[in-house]
Amino acid sequence: MPTAVPVQLIGPDGERVATSARAMPSDADLVRAYTALVAARRLNDQAYALVRQGRLAVYPSSHGQEACQVAAAQVLDAADWLFPTYRDTAAVVARGVPAGEVLVLLKGDWHSGYDPYTHNVAPQATPLATQLLHAVGVAHAARLRVEPTVVLAMCGDGATSEGDFHEALNFAAVFRAPVVFFVQNNEYAISVPLARQSVAPSLAHKGIGYGIRGERVDGNDAAALLTVLGDAVTRAREGAGPQLIEAHTYRMQAHTNADDARRYRADADVAAWEHRDPLARLSTYLRGRGLLDDAGQQVADAAAEELAAGMREELFRDVTPDPADLFTHVFAVPTPQLIEQSAVVADEQSREGALR
Amino acid sequence: MSTTTTQPAPTGHQKLTMAQALNHALRDEMSADPSVVVFGEDVGALGGVFRITDGLTAEFGDTRCFDTPLAESGIVGMAIGMAMNGMRPVVEMQFDAFGYPAFEQVVSHVAKMRNRTRGAVTLPMVIRVPYAGGIGGVEHHCDSSEAYYAHTPGLQVLTPADAADAYGLLRAAIASPDPVVFLEPKKLYWAKEEVDLSAEVPGIGRAVVRRAGTDATLIAYGPSVPVALEAAAIAAQEGRSLQVVDVRSIVPFDDETVAAAVRSTGRAVVIAEAPGFASVASEIAARVTERCFHSLAAPIARVTGFDIPFPPPKLEHFQLPGVDRVLDAVDALQWETS
Repeated sequence: MPTAVPVQLIGPDGERVATSARAMPSDADLVRAYTALVAARRLNDQAYALVRQGRLAVYPSSHGQEACQVAAAQVLDAADWLFPTYRDTAAVVARGVPAGEVLVLLKGDWHSGYDPYTHNVAPQATPLATQLLHAVGVAHAARLRVEPTVVLAMCGDGATSEGDFHEALNFAAVFRAPVVFFVQNNEYAISVPLARQSVAPSLAHKGIGYGIRGERVDGNDAAALLTVLGDAVTRAREGAGPQLIEAHTYRMQAHTNADDARRYRADADVAAWEHRDPLARLSTYLRGRGLLDDAGQQVADAAAEELAAGMREELFRDVTPDPADLFTHVFAVPTPQLIEQSAVVADEQSREGALR
Repeated sequence: MSTTTTQPAPTGHQKLTMAQALNHALRDEMSADPSVVVFGEDVGALGGVFRITDGLTAEFGDTRCFDTPLAESGIVGMAIGMAMNGMRPVVEMQFDAFGYPAFEQVVSHVAKMRNRTRGAVTLPMVIRVPYAGGIGGVEHHCDSSEAYYAHTPGLQVLTPADAADAYGLLRAAIASPDPVVFLEPKKLYWAKEEVDLSAEVPGIGRAVVRRAGTDATLIAYGPSVPVALEAAAIAAQEGRSLQVVDVRSIVPFDDETVAAAVRSTGRAVVIAEAPGFASVASEIAARVTERCFHSLAAPIARVTGFDIPFPPPKLEHFQLPGVDRVLDAVDALQWETS
């Protein structure tokens, strides 16, 4: 049964929570997470700016949810798989995929800009919860081959209302597939608050109906996330079947830059979450323990700035997409019809070129 | 991956129903390739409600052929993940209309994965769908759903009309690097015929002339092919020579064979069970008209299901294109009176 209170190891004040029996991650893991958090925040802010500069069509930001993003990537081994959504760009980058490749989707040059097999990261899913079933399939195939792969599949609170969420948890449970379902409950599905999605005691409680262990964790506490997600990954790898983790966090910005959050929530509601910021919390804790100083902060900031500079460079680089690509990746061998249609576009292109 | 003892591959000519031929195709592909897995509803111990997967769990074990929870989106979604991770899933939608819950997975992921990832992720998987009417099935058991799939770029859509093609095309579908929606005409499951299991597997994307003829061309697929052949046989007794083309592969479509056939006769009727509006039959008629206009002596006719929800069993014969309706359409092809 999920606990009444989410697991928390570091409080909003940056102090160790004395009451929690759960183990604290190692100092090295926390420092590593902090560096990644600084980078993830910088990535969110830079991407938001790139939308305003017209270099990205849209950006669903994980601002405020960076601890979830970073922890999801950090608890996995290289051979494991991550299944992200459109809001999980920071997690994909934390897993090692170059930011410029991830943002190809939102830049509009192509759909998925990275090869999923390079870092075992599925394409970012837009249709809600559909990717959770793919995660079950990847995990089941690995299990049939007796490989130790674990799949961490991400979704939001809104996605838990979708039928595929239900089917994925049920399939994973029946087949004992090593999947960690990681729900980032950020309180809003675009404009609709959690109360309109579910009246379950918590989203983690949904696991009960499938015979899946569900756990709640403070989604702004990187230490708690590393421990809870890490333990879930370990249990899945050891054969305990799927795990459901609900992280309680908050979408600090609008759904995307195209959204106007003031139409459905008050500024005061957002302000109430500001003191729970995941970066400030871990920074205070690390400084209090002597694990972070100004020099360490500067190193993290410099790395984040390098990431942002790389993003700007990639996104201000104009790529002229080749229309021939439209027909290249429909089938392994283009059909006669696609060959004809491709020739139509090529002909139009050559005539346009002649006019110039 | 567990390997189990397999029966020796059947060779030579055998008298088989289409259902048995499909079963042989699954068995032969599972024997040849350990990454082929079969799953769906009731496909394990029961062998499928139509017995297409009969004996596969016993022969290959329950990791190769297994039952899933009763959820079609789950079945297709899990197959996608398994195909991403080195397997070749063959899944069964128990009936045409029961496949609709999987529609989002099919349209948004199965069809698009290669394209989204520029060919990095391919999905070698087969979705088998028993389809169409003619078996006295009650509602939700007799839909002709081919147009939904054929309209979705990225899916190959095949439908055999006899046991030999059922065997060959299913093997080709499983071996294909791209996803296939494999539509099995339920009413032909039990038709028995001579099948050469050692014959070369027909390539995807090739139509075939089933009967030679010189006066008009009947273009059909799946459950309508036997109707076309029967109509041609009757017409022959009346002195009219009808050619019959079996499309077999709706996507990719064999314009070359179909257009050549129609040019040779100058008249054509397209036959299909599905409602005619915005249908595969309409697409075929349009394509043939574009390619054969100057060879045509009459507009292309379509004999299709009416634009109504599939009727209850006692009325379904009004919906299904029958021999009389086909011959009436042939009679109306503006023949010169002598």
